[in-house]
Amino acid sequence: MNNLLFLLLSSVSIISALLVIFSKNPVYSVLFLVLTFFTLAGHFAIFLGAEFLAIVNIIVYAGAIMVLFLFVIMLLNLNKESEPTTPMLSKISAIVAGGLFLLVLFAALTNQINAPEALNSKAGDIGMVKKLGQVLFTEYLLPFEISSVLFLSAMVGAVMLGKKDLKQG
Amino acid sequence: MEILLFDKIFLIVIVFAVSLVIALYSTLAERKVSAFLQDRIGPNRAGTFGLLQPVADGVKFFFKEDIIPSHADKALYILGPSISMITALMTSAVIPWGTYITFSGRQVAMQIADINIGILYVFAVVSIGVYGIMIGGWGSNNKFSLLGALRASSQMISYEIAMGLSIISIVMMTGSMSLGEIVSQQHGMDWNIFYQPVGFLIFCTCAFAECNRTPFDLPECEAELVGGYHTEYSSMKLGLYLFSEYINIFISSAIMSAMFFGGYNFPFMDQIASPNLVSIIGVFVFFAKIIFFIFFFMWVRWTIPRFRYDQLMKLGWKYLIPLALANIVITGTVMLIKYQFFN
Repeated sequence: MNNLLFLLLSSVSIISALLVIFSKNPVYSVLFLVLTFFTLAGHFAIFLGAEFLAIVNIIVYAGAIMVLFLFVIMLLNLNKESEPTTPMLSKISAIVAGGLFLLVLFAALTNQINAPEALNSKAGDIGMVKKLGQVLFTEYLLPFEISSVLFLSAMVGAVMLGKKDLKQG
Repeated sequence: MEILLFDKIFLIVIVFAVSLVIALYSTLAERKVSAFLQDRIGPNRAGTFGLLQPVADGVKFFFKEDIIPSHADKALYILGPSISMITALMTSAVIPWGTYITFSGRQVAMQIADINIGILYVFAVVSIGVYGIMIGGWGSNNKFSLLGALRASSQMISYEIAMGLSIISIVMMTGSMSLGEIVSQQHGMDWNIFYQPVGFLIFCTCAFAECNRTPFDLPECEAELVGGYHTEYSSMKLGLYLFSEYINIFISSAIMSAMFFGGYNFPFMDQIASPNLVSIIGVFVFFAKIIFFIFFFMWVRWTIPRFRYDQLMKLGWKYLIPLALANIVITGTVMLIKYQFFN
């Protein structure tokens, strides 16, 4: 049962991830990316027992960030005619960079985890809100606080960029 | 296991049917309430007191010609109302409709799924709901629809933040994100509204904005945008959009009464000996609260005029979010003082 579900979810996530790249229409790409996030959240919740992470993934990525993506793409009204032509060199370099990144990911993941074992153990209740909060505020307090400062600076930056006239109040 | 599954399926079917029937009759109630507020009679031709009016409307929707504009993106045009309807119906899964009913020696919980992140689930579904409007608005390939869709999405994203912040103070008090736990802690008359009146005000305002209801119904502002995001829709696809709005009202009312007004809890519930009787009365009490809030939604709609768009954004970002943040700080301070000195 679990294996079947895993196969189903994984195949949907891989297919939708591929469709993100291969869709001609950028709006469809965004929608397939949303679907990919959903299947990833499903993996977190069902196989890794990380319900909190799954739901936050949906709220933040699928619910907020992708809506803004869609927003921008709808307003830009991208289509075939307005598509900028990319030079051959940048296409080749993009392929090389992507391939290298894949290699790094592959090397990192093969050494790290034995996938079936992680699937079966369900990693206890580490994904539950209470446990996660305790770990964040004790063991990982400093990184947590530093990343919140990082977010604050990003927010200030966004407000600065959004201001029309900097001199005016 | 099989009995449990059967219980759940039975409960899902009931909740599904009840949501649809309440949404169906909300359309009639809306017209009756507006008639009452404007000193008219309202629909009274179909059936006694117009009770068959929703059925007549539904039949009309089904038999109207279904037009798909030739320039529309057909797949997205169909996907839009479907997503709206699905997300509207999904939220009811975590709402605790009552406590337990015991019969033939086993307890049956009247909640479909008591997951430990219940509130976040509601937020996730609500944040997905905006796609229905956006996709429909863009897919119809019409400037007015697109403008309506953009307004809807920016409005919903803005108000989601204040809504989430207003919930945090409740979560801090309760110590749990499960809706079942939050409701059961408000036993008797110990409702959250007495501790978090500001939180309720913020949540209620945001719920109006999330449902695209007046005074925040700018996405379908007919004076500027023809019909907003559903300008191009006809027949049952339009019906689904309008219908999902009423289901959203029903679900928001249910969540408001569960989170702030004690859900199925009612005063003097400990005096009744039979637990089954308590939970049955509890269900009725919960629905009475929900129906009051549905009426409240309509009352506001026919009393208050629409905001301007910049006023809407100003209210959301400059007043509600700081207010919600202050509410969190005050709740935290009070809780700390209580913990330090009165424990």
